[in-house]
Amino acid sequence: MKAIKIAFLVVAVVFVWFAQNHFDPYAVSILNNIAIFAILALSYNLINGVAGQFSLEPNGFVAIGAYVTALFLIPAATKIDMFALDAPSAGVLAMHTSFLPALIMSGVVASILAFILSIPVFRVRGDYLAIVTLGFGFIIRIFAMNQPTYTNGALGLNDIPEKANLYWTGFITIVTFVIMLNIIYSKYGRAMKAVRDDEDAAIAMGINTFWIKTYAFMTSAFFEGVGGGLMASMLTTIAPDQFTFLLTFQLLIIIVLGGLGSMSGTILGAVLVMGGTEWLRFLDQNMDIFGYNTGAHPGLRMVVFSILLIVLMLFARRGLFGNKELVDVFRRSK
Amino acid sequence: MVLELQNITMQFGGVKAIDDLSFGVKTGEIYGLIGPNGAGKTTLFNIVTGNYTQTKGKVAFNHEELSGLKPNMIVQRGIARTFQNIRLFKSMSVLDNVLIGFHNQANYTYLESILRLPRYFLYEKKLKSDAMNILERFGIADHAQTNAASLSYGNQRKVEIARALATNPKLLLLDEPAAGMNPNETADLSQIIQNIKDEYGLTILLIEHDMKFVNNMCDKVLVLDYGEEIFEGRPCDAIVDEKVVAAYLGDFKHA
Repeated sequence: MKAIKIAFLVVAVVFVWFAQNHFDPYAVSILNNIAIFAILALSYNLINGVAGQFSLEPNGFVAIGAYVTALFLIPAATKIDMFALDAPSAGVLAMHTSFLPALIMSGVVASILAFILSIPVFRVRGDYLAIVTLGFGFIIRIFAMNQPTYTNGALGLNDIPEKANLYWTGFITIVTFVIMLNIIYSKYGRAMKAVRDDEDAAIAMGINTFWIKTYAFMTSAFFEGVGGGLMASMLTTIAPDQFTFLLTFQLLIIIVLGGLGSMSGTILGAVLVMGGTEWLRFLDQNMDIFGYNTGAHPGLRMVVFSILLIVLMLFARRGLFGNKELVDVFRRSK
Repeated sequence: MVLELQNITMQFGGVKAIDDLSFGVKTGEIYGLIGPNGAGKTTLFNIVTGNYTQTKGKVAFNHEELSGLKPNMIVQRGIARTFQNIRLFKSMSVLDNVLIGFHNQANYTYLESILRLPRYFLYEKKLKSDAMNILERFGIADHAQTNAASLSYGNQRKVEIARALATNPKLLLLDEPAAGMNPNETADLSQIIQNIKDEYGLTILLIEHDMKFVNNMCDKVLVLDYGEEIFEGRPCDAIVDEKVVAAYLGDFKHA
């Protein structure tokens, strides 16, 4: 059992190293994108799939992470030039660190906000929770839009130093994956699942469900913040419009496809959704089918992708992995 | 007295579900709570476990007032319960269901579980063997890795009691433990309940409609009707009591 886990880890690490050194830049950028979405989806799956709290706020935490990292990385002189709408505030100018502390700060800020948010949010359950968290996502984006002294408003932030490469994104994905599994296979993970299955019965087992949900929410927010930071550094430019509800929606597709509550499934989901939309790009271009030129149909890619998603979900109702992990498959066969 | 209720009144709007009820349960007793449907038995359970707050009156557990405590705090004080309609954690294995009961006895922090520090392994190992112990007592150790939802009805009941037992209670509240069981299963269950009661030094308060079961098990019963006490005493006396018979079957004499 232990040998299999270590083998998985070694393969993952070697793959990251090999890809960074030997793949062409286009493939590396796709892998970067997959890795970042995997981090975001893994953490989203903890609150949504494992703890069963249907929340719709990750775009908010990703935005916070992206802005915090960006502001920490951009040098003060560049900030003064860049902030066109209003002069940057003194605090914003003073922010400057290297990449790793910036990422950690992104996570910490996001998870502190998650803690504050959890006090009102976890007073409601089910559909109401979804609406309240959805509102939070909107608030963050509107804040970014209307506070030019901190965020440069709708213009966004440019010239973010490009620090993220596959080592960063790949290794953080692996670390996130391992941490999520460690949580799931502990008393806290069990309690989260108990809250998902039957909250009242969980309370009758002496579990303080508010704290369990808050733990899940804060952990989820931490890695969404870190993922946002990686995203900012990879894209080198961010603006409020990148962090709309569509981002949350994309993550939702990944975790539902992979299986709610399954971290292994989430990785596969991220590869299929992010990789699949890239791979299907040939559909947008001119195609020759038996000598007949179809002409270019921009957007055909997304049509085909949606059909594939529907077919996949019809055959795997509970996602590709259900709520099982890859290690469970090996455990069963023993 | 392990549990003492004084002048409990519970009002839902204009309906008095429980009306000025007082009784006490002695240490080591099996105390039965019976009465027709809607008499207020489950409401009483919900008051003791903190799910409802009574309109009037006091609940004391080991001479300590329980009012105002959250349900999960009351469990930690030593009162565990099962539900009338079985409420297992359906996506989890039988073993995990029981391990959830051990939640507060696993003494490691969130960070320790993330970093997999020694205390995590120490407690997980200990609790897993404790959980298997309990499952063996109930004769369902073979099903430890089975999904809880795929067990037979009788075994699901057992898992629910095993899970409650894992919280290390002093007082166990069983809401219709024998409901939906055949006579063999019922006999098996009463044997198990007797055994665990002696072994863990429990006091048991149970709601049940199966009078044979109540007669065999209970030292004392309280009969409720419309939220009021109509009888308290030995179960064999309850069955012949005029008021009790009237409550269950209707009042023939004065009809």
